[in-house]
Amino acid sequence: MIGQTFQWLLDPANWTGQGGILAQSLAHLRYSFLALLAAAAVAVPIGLWVGHTGRLRWLAVNLTGAFRAIPSLGVLFIAVLLLLPRLRGEWAYEAPALIVLVLLAIPPILSGTYAGVQATDPAARDAARGMGMTGAQVLRQVEVPGALPLIMSGLRSAMLQIIGTATIAAIVGLGGLGRFLIDGQASRDYAMMAGGSIAVAALALLVDQVLALVQRAAVSPGLRHASAG
Amino acid sequence: MKRSSILALTVAALVPLSACGGGGDPLDAETPESEGSAEDGGSTDDDGSTDDAAAGGGDVGEVVVGSANFPENVLLAEIYAGALSDAGVEVSTTLNIGSRETYMAGLEDGSIDLIPEYTGGLATYLNPEITVTSSEEVLAEAQENLPDGLQLLQISEAEDKDSLVVTSETADELGLTSIADLEPHAGELVLGGPPEFESRPNGVDGLREVYGLEFAQFRSLSAGATLTVQSLVNGQVDVANIFTTDPAIEENDLVVLEDPESLFAAQNVVPLISTEKVNGTVEEALNEVSDALTTENLTEMMVQVVTDGQDPAEVAREFLDENL
Repeated sequence: MIGQTFQWLLDPANWTGQGGILAQSLAHLRYSFLALLAAAAVAVPIGLWVGHTGRLRWLAVNLTGAFRAIPSLGVLFIAVLLLLPRLRGEWAYEAPALIVLVLLAIPPILSGTYAGVQATDPAARDAARGMGMTGAQVLRQVEVPGALPLIMSGLRSAMLQIIGTATIAAIVGLGGLGRFLIDGQASRDYAMMAGGSIAVAALALLVDQVLALVQRAAVSPGLRHASAG
Repeated sequence: MKRSSILALTVAALVPLSACGGGGDPLDAETPESEGSAEDGGSTDDDGSTDDAAAGGGDVGEVVVGSANFPENVLLAEIYAGALSDAGVEVSTTLNIGSRETYMAGLEDGSIDLIPEYTGGLATYLNPEITVTSSEEVLAEAQENLPDGLQLLQISEAEDKDSLVVTSETADELGLTSIADLEPHAGELVLGGPPEFESRPNGVDGLREVYGLEFAQFRSLSAGATLTVQSLVNGQVDVANIFTTDPAIEENDLVVLEDPESLFAAQNVVPLISTEKVNGTVEEALNEVSDALTTENLTEMMVQVVTDGQDPAEVAREFLDENL
């Protein structure tokens, strides 16, 4: 079994071409980054507002908790059944898959963001106010940079979950590394299934390392110690 | 779970067997003569129907009708049971047993005596290597590999098999009645179906080799036939692979394309029965059912059972009253 899996992974024919590992990895990354950007566009502003004002914190805490309990497969089926008659072409499948991934990614980004803002050194915040900064300036120049380590770790944890879950796009006929899992199961090709799983795990680790580098570059050197924690 | 249900099945089957002391029980039959006398002096004298059954060639005692665990098979089992009971044969049912692996074991150990089968599925189960696809060849293949003591009766025209379907609009627009008609258009059409259809020899590859069809794209849909039909009706796929008795065909006015080259193996509905339970009456009753069943009326009944949620036993009763 293990031997067959490695044979499958090492066979160059499985890497190239339209349905090869490389092409499917690119498709996988495309959905994943689209979902991450959409989730960040929703969760980061809300998280900053909650963290900065301290308002509705209880709602954010409870909502992120509740969102984590949503079953992805169930959301996918409901979204497909609702959206399929209303959308045309490829979007009818991509939109439901993206909705699932975005819902999945919002909680870690949201909680990372408001926690990050709240964790900003109160002395730095008070100093900024004392210098006459407005609320918006405090947020932009003090709280956001201070929150970056936690925002980034929220994004990274969201991305790990997205990449793992994006395999379900294959259930509704989309590409991505999930194809190997679904097609492998359908044709009882267990080496393909196992190989596909390893490819997903490898891709998730690779992307996490890339985001770690981004984090290193983005976070102020003075806060390095925080990102390690 | 599985073990206890098998045990329950065995017990349920043993009780009536010992109660009627039928000649079919190998432990009772010490000599051929004693088997004959057991038949003559059967304990079913008080049952008025015994004479009818005897007239058809010997009392076979109670026939236990089983079914696999999906609605269509349950419905067919109810039809068989109803037809036998109408003919005066003593019948009981053990429905929703499970997959073919499970109920074949039940047939072999005598827990059940009769089950509605599909020629192609059975033939492939008995010999995974088969390549024949026509109704006669598939039946012959299945018959040849059946375990001793089991036999297939007359097949019906009704088939629950793989098919390609299109919407009636597509069929009108492109003038499609058979899979062969797709040839000039396939390059612009998207084919949809379960992922295994892509890798099966009689799936996408078979369509290319047998009919010369090269579709623009294959969309693999693994969330069941509902998603496939939805995608077809909404136009995301143009041609879909679903089963011929899917109620969605009737509901959405879909057109099942004929398969003149027999790419999809025949799956005629056929009674699979223990040889010791076959007599003239039983065989005649089941043959009448097979004569009356068609893919169309089976699909209509499936709409009643699956979509309208009617009791399979009642739907079976209606069918028997109308057709037999």
